[in-house]
Amino acid sequence: MGKRTVIPFGPQHPVLPEPIHLDLVLEDETVIEAIPKIGYVHRGLEKLVDKKDFQQFPFVAERICGICSFMHGMGYCMSIESIMEVKIPERAEFLRVIWAELSRMHSHLLWMGLLADAFGFESLFMHSWRLREQILDIFEETTGGRVIFSVCEIGGVRKDISPDMLNKIVGILNSLEKEVKEIAEVFINDTTVKLRTKGVGVLSKQAASDLGAVGPMAKASGLDFDMRTQGYAAYEKLKFKPIIETAGDSYARTSVRIREVFQSIDLIKQAIALIPEGDIRVKVTGNPKGDYFTRIEQPRGEVVYYVKANGTKFLDRVRVRTPTFANIPALLETLKGCSLADVPILILTIDPCISCTER
Amino acid sequence: MGQQTIKMIASNELLAETLRLKNDGYRLVAISCSSKGGMELSYSFDKDYNLITLRFPTDNIEKIESISIIYPFSFLYENEIKELFGVKIKDISIDFNDTLYTIPVKTPFYEQKEEK
Repeated sequence: MGKRTVIPFGPQHPVLPEPIHLDLVLEDETVIEAIPKIGYVHRGLEKLVDKKDFQQFPFVAERICGICSFMHGMGYCMSIESIMEVKIPERAEFLRVIWAELSRMHSHLLWMGLLADAFGFESLFMHSWRLREQILDIFEETTGGRVIFSVCEIGGVRKDISPDMLNKIVGILNSLEKEVKEIAEVFINDTTVKLRTKGVGVLSKQAASDLGAVGPMAKASGLDFDMRTQGYAAYEKLKFKPIIETAGDSYARTSVRIREVFQSIDLIKQAIALIPEGDIRVKVTGNPKGDYFTRIEQPRGEVVYYVKANGTKFLDRVRVRTPTFANIPALLETLKGCSLADVPILILTIDPCISCTER
Repeated sequence: MGQQTIKMIASNELLAETLRLKNDGYRLVAISCSSKGGMELSYSFDKDYNLITLRFPTDNIEKIESISIIYPFSFLYENEIKELFGVKIKDISIDFNDTLYTIPVKTPFYEQKEEK
């Protein structure tokens, strides 16, 4: 056995967009164990149910994350709608799918840029974020916001998208698809990229299942698990299959996310083709009473919203289990036996969102 | 959508029920705690998109067995609940002893509020 050294990794590190700390136990250059420490950006957002009533809370939920903010608002609203047995208009369900899938594209393109940046491929990083910018422009044009949209509300959505704008989105997605194909080619086929990702940080299917991995982390290890297949919002009316890879390495996780970008483009086009005319919201009266678990598929995987209501306008509990929280044990497993130089790439391949994790 | 089932159990049945679910191929989805209207713990498990939640009432005095002996990665959930709510969970595989969250405020939050 070689000499063991403990290297502190984070919370400040060039590759980390958000703070997490890992104590890396090394033997020479090989990681033997990693112990996480979080809490640098804990904001106590769940506790705000004491101060904000259930109609105001979507605004808090959207601020859990700056990347999948729309889906947080959607998950919370779906929980209240389930407790109050509110059926939202069909058009609102399709609009939710359109914004949710645009959010997935935005998240994955952002992640692709971060990954490229982590292994020093600066031009690839810039191209990824240049393409992502077009998605943010769509958000701005349809909702008025680029990060926090505030369009999801209990009973539907606040804003509609005009037929002209829907056509424009299809046009943007058509050209975007070609451009994403160009950078996807580099991520998938470039030798230098493959050297940093292929065979690195392998998570077996059994380990992914045992460790409760979710999202692309689980799908890249062969787990066929995607909450969208359960048909919430308008997903039951759309045709798709979860993107699955089997290698379980960083390359497979990259591949899943890239393929999901194209899947999202397809889902948005399907939704735009099928979206019906009609109202976008129903009036919700009264206060919720009861509890419900809502699970939806965010870009990083399954998110769980547990809402407990007591019949007043203030809820007893909102609890959010985010996908990154679920993926930390899988990350710790993939780090075991890896080279110290691969740690940044491995941390990035779970697509960590620490502000989500700590809430 | 898959089904949601909530099963009320006694706290001393937790390990046996959890082991049964693990042997049936269930995945641990989340552990949740709620303090209003009486402290209660909810352990949620998934198999084929069906969610089963084991739930039992507790308090800040009773010592709850950690399920990390069955699901080793439950240590993060359990440490978080200890720190946020002051629930006493014993024998966690990795016990951070109220230092999981790196914050200057004394934890657990719930006990602190009660002391005021």
